[in-house]
Amino acid sequence: MRQQQFEAEHQSRWEEIAELMDDLHRPQDKRRMPLSEQLKFPAYYRQLCSHYALARGRGFSPALIEQLHSLVLRGHSLLYRQQGGWRWRLLNFVASGFPRAVRRSRGYFALSLLFFLVPALLMGLGCYLQEDLIYTLVDQTTVAEMEDSYDPQNQRLGRSLERSSESDFTMFGFYILNNIGIGFRTFASGIILGVGTLFILLFNGLVIGGIAGHLSRLGYHDTFWPFVSGHGSFELTAIVICGAAGLRLGRAVIAPGQRTRVQALREQAEEALQLVLGAALMLLVAAFIEAFWSSMLIAPASKYTVAALLWIAVICYLLLAGRRLHEPR
Amino acid sequence: MLAETPQGDAVAQLDTLLSYEIPEGVLLDYRLAGPVVRACAWAIDAALRGVIYLVLVLLMALLGGVGMAVIFIGIFLVEWFYPVVFEISSGATPGKRAMGILVIQDNGTPVSPSASVIRNLLRAADFLPMLYATGLLTMLINREFKRLGDLAAGTLVVYRDQQLTRELPPQASASKPPVDLTESEQLTLLTFAERGEKLSQDRRHELAELLAEMTGLKGDAAVNRLYAYANWILKGR
Repeated sequence: MRQQQFEAEHQSRWEEIAELMDDLHRPQDKRRMPLSEQLKFPAYYRQLCSHYALARGRGFSPALIEQLHSLVLRGHSLLYRQQGGWRWRLLNFVASGFPRAVRRSRGYFALSLLFFLVPALLMGLGCYLQEDLIYTLVDQTTVAEMEDSYDPQNQRLGRSLERSSESDFTMFGFYILNNIGIGFRTFASGIILGVGTLFILLFNGLVIGGIAGHLSRLGYHDTFWPFVSGHGSFELTAIVICGAAGLRLGRAVIAPGQRTRVQALREQAEEALQLVLGAALMLLVAAFIEAFWSSMLIAPASKYTVAALLWIAVICYLLLAGRRLHEPR
Repeated sequence: MLAETPQGDAVAQLDTLLSYEIPEGVLLDYRLAGPVVRACAWAIDAALRGVIYLVLVLLMALLGGVGMAVIFIGIFLVEWFYPVVFEISSGATPGKRAMGILVIQDNGTPVSPSASVIRNLLRAADFLPMLYATGLLTMLINREFKRLGDLAAGTLVVYRDQQLTRELPPQASASKPPVDLTESEQLTLLTFAERGEKLSQDRRHELAELLAEMTGLKGDAAVNRLYAYANWILKGR
């Protein structure tokens, strides 16, 4: 068959397909063609593919091949796109997907926890026993600001004097920007052989532990611990989970196993993403608690009670949620 | 997974063309976008983000505490999710759109939400130690110009196909070539007929006169003779 015959025979179909694809690009409720027409798309698309293959195989002119190629390109991305259902998936993710993903990563979680908790405990003990140790890690102005924030004379807990006037809402926004950002960076820097993640975990462990020890030494027990114990449940757990996600990336680069590094990285990233997104939601909750609950001046006893409940809730959620449905152990 | 380009290794080494075989059994070609065009797209986006920050701060500073909260949350969202929103809805941020490039999956389908989130979270690693040095280095040592985020997410940045206007070969009477032509020779003639009108007149003559031995003609006459051969190949007698 000559090219001109071929074109004459199929031109109208190609135009039809182009028109159909224009229509399918519109959102579902704005399409003009009836459903029966829209459903013809996969069959038309496969026809188009075979026309393209024929044109290539028979050595028809480059311009015709180019024209068919661009049609196939559009059709391919249209037929194989993923869309819709995100509300349901989000709900499913919170109810079972996320805690399951955390449980699948329990080894990474343990390593991440180790790199956060051990330095925190050591530094905390050190700073509690020795006054000057904190200054090896944190500069003087920051320490002074911290001391300010938890001074029992302070009106607003957890905020230095200059900040004490700022509203809870402002701090809510600030905690989101700062904490979720740290969570994301903890994850992303894991791709550098896991070193970046371990460094961030270690550093945060040292600083948080050190400041806790230092403030306890100064006798600010009744301001510092009631403030941090509540949101700490969500916040610290989430940072450790981000660490686990980062370590997954690091693992893929260091020890990809029976795969190429790129394949291993893709698989681990897909898995790690669930951890990061879940952790981001946890940090959002933490920011809310920290801004609106932790800063309230309430008797430490009730703060501690709520904190204990929150810790139990977080631990039970991560250990138990989503177990019913045939989860492989 | 990725097939060699059909034109063979020599071309593949020179060209930044990537071929992918789709389930329907045909090859699709993608033109990969390199570091320079992507850096330009990034710069445009950076400028646009600056404007968004400015407007946000100017508007919300009036509202006090809640306004500050909106500023912080706005900065957070723009910093991490500005590209994600655009990539999921249309495949390209405004900067990429302006440069005529877009993000797709390795298999040619539109970028999926999770892949988009992965590649944009990993910007934090690509940026290290400054100005995307890691990302640039990674792009230069793999064949598909992928930065770390692209490797982990399985995405490609490619040129958007421009809407083609197909030039029909100029109308001329068909005449049979005096010798039997091989397939690739026929293709060369067709290409010449389709693209001839876009060349300068001198270049067109120069090319057509390469076959002066066969046609025995010069100038416009030689060009028209080649058009006639091309027409014969297209239509037959």
